[in-house]
Amino acid sequence: MRRIGIDVGGTNTDAVLLDGDMVVHAVKTPTTADVTTGITTALCELLAAVAPAGPIDAVMIGTTRFTNAVVQRRDLTRVAAVRIGLPASASLPPFVDWPEDLAALVRGEVVMLEGGHEYDGQPIVPFDETGMRDAARRIQSAGITSVAIASVFSPLNAECETRAAAILRQGCPDAAVTLSHELGRIGLLERENATLLNAALVGLARQTTNAFTEALRASGLAAPLYLTQNDGTVMLAATAQAFPVYSFASGPTNSMRGAAFLSGLSDAIVIDVGGTTTDIGSLRRGFPREANNVVDVGGVRTLFRMPDLLSLGLGGGSLVGDDPLRVGPRSVGYRLVDESRVFGGDTLTATDVAVAAGLIELGDRRRVADLPADLVKTVLARIHATIEEGVDRMKTDAREEPLIAVGGGCFLVPERLPGVSEVVHVRHQAVANAVGAAIAQVSGEVDQIFQNLTRDAAIVEARRIAEQRAVAGGADRATLQVVEVEDLPLAYLPGNSLRVRVRVVGDIAERRGLASMTRETR
Amino acid sequence: MAPLRPVSAEEIESLAIGAWILGTGGGGSPYLALLNMRALYRQGAVVSLIDPLDLADDDLVAVVSNMGAPLVGQERLTDPRTIARAVTMMEEYLGRRFRAIMSLEIGGGNAIQPFMAAATLDRPVVDADCMGRAFPEAQMTSFAIHDLCMYPLMLVDVRDNAVVVARAASWKWMERLSRTACVAVGSIAATCKAPRTGKEVRECGILYSTSKAIRLGQTVQAARRAHRDPIEAIIEAERGQLLFTGKIADVARRATEGFMRGTARVDGLGDCRGQRFALAFQNEFAVGWLDGAPRVMTPDLICVMDTVSGEAIGTETLRYGQRVSVVVLPAPPILLTPKGLEHVGPRAFGYDLDFKSVFA
Repeated sequence: MRRIGIDVGGTNTDAVLLDGDMVVHAVKTPTTADVTTGITTALCELLAAVAPAGPIDAVMIGTTRFTNAVVQRRDLTRVAAVRIGLPASASLPPFVDWPEDLAALVRGEVVMLEGGHEYDGQPIVPFDETGMRDAARRIQSAGITSVAIASVFSPLNAECETRAAAILRQGCPDAAVTLSHELGRIGLLERENATLLNAALVGLARQTTNAFTEALRASGLAAPLYLTQNDGTVMLAATAQAFPVYSFASGPTNSMRGAAFLSGLSDAIVIDVGGTTTDIGSLRRGFPREANNVVDVGGVRTLFRMPDLLSLGLGGGSLVGDDPLRVGPRSVGYRLVDESRVFGGDTLTATDVAVAAGLIELGDRRRVADLPADLVKTVLARIHATIEEGVDRMKTDAREEPLIAVGGGCFLVPERLPGVSEVVHVRHQAVANAVGAAIAQVSGEVDQIFQNLTRDAAIVEARRIAEQRAVAGGADRATLQVVEVEDLPLAYLPGNSLRVRVRVVGDIAERRGLASMTRETR
Repeated sequence: MAPLRPVSAEEIESLAIGAWILGTGGGGSPYLALLNMRALYRQGAVVSLIDPLDLADDDLVAVVSNMGAPLVGQERLTDPRTIARAVTMMEEYLGRRFRAIMSLEIGGGNAIQPFMAAATLDRPVVDADCMGRAFPEAQMTSFAIHDLCMYPLMLVDVRDNAVVVARAASWKWMERLSRTACVAVGSIAATCKAPRTGKEVRECGILYSTSKAIRLGQTVQAARRAHRDPIEAIIEAERGQLLFTGKIADVARRATEGFMRGTARVDGLGDCRGQRFALAFQNEFAVGWLDGAPRVMTPDLICVMDTVSGEAIGTETLRYGQRVSVVVLPAPPILLTPKGLEHVGPRAFGYDLDFKSVFA
């Protein structure tokens, strides 16, 4: 089976072709402002290098664009927050626990309306439809294009959210709407936060997935396009574009699974130094250790299942300032090849300092010859100290562990660190993300209400449906594993009702003979 | 009279961490109450602690708590105005003013409820509670164990509903009546329990539990800063024991009669590989079985924590796949007396087990 994995980072776009367990070829090209050109370039180089081109079974794209947008506070859409649940929850309005700088960018209108439900499905008070109509008018006249709607107990009764969405569509027909019950579970603030983040990213998501689709078309590939998700699985691009938050941590997940695949190690600390950010995680039995409960994304609490990661605003493209001494979090990103000193620009980046220090050969070394040796030393010391502290924070016991260094900027990782037995470099390390994307699995999920079944029987039935969906999505039945089981009793419905969510994942099954062919002639 | 001690914003943060651990899975996460406190402190509020020994015999103390199912509290978020209204309505009912406010239970979000009311009403908080942990029912307090009067009780919700339980024939009746009212308003309500005198608090309360929770939180914060294992630090500071480490393999929950009841199964990892731990809970963890044999039971404090971060995990946030450590901490002595065990021992939760402390 032949799969292409692509990682679109803030700085580089990487692509690999995997045939079974073998990396056939890998390419790395700069990410372009339009995204499409970078992917098209990568695909063309990749396909040209592996002639004769055979059938490609699937293309998997992982991207850090959505996380980067939140972490760097850019490309975010201003959002109207509609909370339905007054008089309950009044003292803690939407955005209450957001970092102020991010809230200032995302917070458009904040509307709190009477309504919502009790745990038993009864209304708290009747939904304020008049208030919703007024809100729709205000949202429309404020020119806000994305709306997040969260209602108290909507995972048990979504009526208020769907009704609010219907009213909103009359008043603001063009607004994108994210409903909290489609994203989350019980826990109003965390569910609402995820909904707000998703709403802030829908514009970027639409633009990004369109660019991906266009790039595939331009490269003449007809294989199905998947986007990778936080848990190392993939979703068809069309589905994924409405839910960018599910792709939040896919970059780091991919790089950690790629690092495990490439190194053959299953237990280690992984550090992925990209162009803009550095992610540090812990690999346990080949999978990233997951964070329990609440996960912080750019300072915002959510309830996603995500790898337990420490993200630092440090990468090869990080801006370096000497007065006061500063490295990152701002980065030149994909403009590294134009703006950094060694590539002819005049912005000083971490990469320039690494070249001056002789850590890596890149661009024109003479262009950094004038950097004072003292500055190079101080900047590197700062970078190393930041990395050491990060690795130390992610280690969970005092025992020494190997550290797998991957990513385009891994030359910034020192060769010796306290608590680390050895720093492991692997072949194709610079494209570990893309490898991780290529080996991503397919998931099947069910989230529905079962009636008149015992809890055990309901879970068995849910699992059967989830497995069926995974297989339909291209998974190999023999490799399916349950990764999530959750049930919620719905006391207000008759007949022993239970809402059950089951998620299974498995490897992509071979699709030999199933077309999804090739490239057109050029 | 000794001066009141102002509580800093940092101490409120520590209190939230310590209280969540003492919540033994219940009491609701203090996070939302903490968010309210942050907002109140930003607006200039500073709450002070009063030493219970500084209360005059006839000072009147309001005992407050947010009552209901923790799961409901995650959707209907706690609000300072509601808990303050329970206090002021009780004052109107009694025709007397409260000198200070104290917590019903130091475990979980209820550790912070008196601070929310105190910040709103400008009164001090008493450094004490009447559980020393969290428990699900009204008769499970040191005041009940001492047979103090259990009425009146004021219960209010966000919709301007208020219920007074003017008299109750027993603590159990008080529990039954107030629980019924609580369920009727959506299984979450702010309550002001039977008023206590300064003398009653001094003689029958669990004293200095607020500062104990603050210290416990500070222990965890210090361990994290020093990259030490926070669970080890807690065990050391509180003379606790580590019972089990593993991964949550199954959680069954049902919201009944205003409670969150259920069971969780933990499959062993590391030294515990091959073993199984089962937990039963009614809001709080009540009993734990190791490979089918009772290993730990209430009133010993059964705390389930994230193995890595040391963060406490509530019964409503238990999830399949979590890596957890089960830790037990000693209970306040009053709960271990024969009268105490009648109120809070395993039989009080429907388990036909003779109480045996892990620490005995």
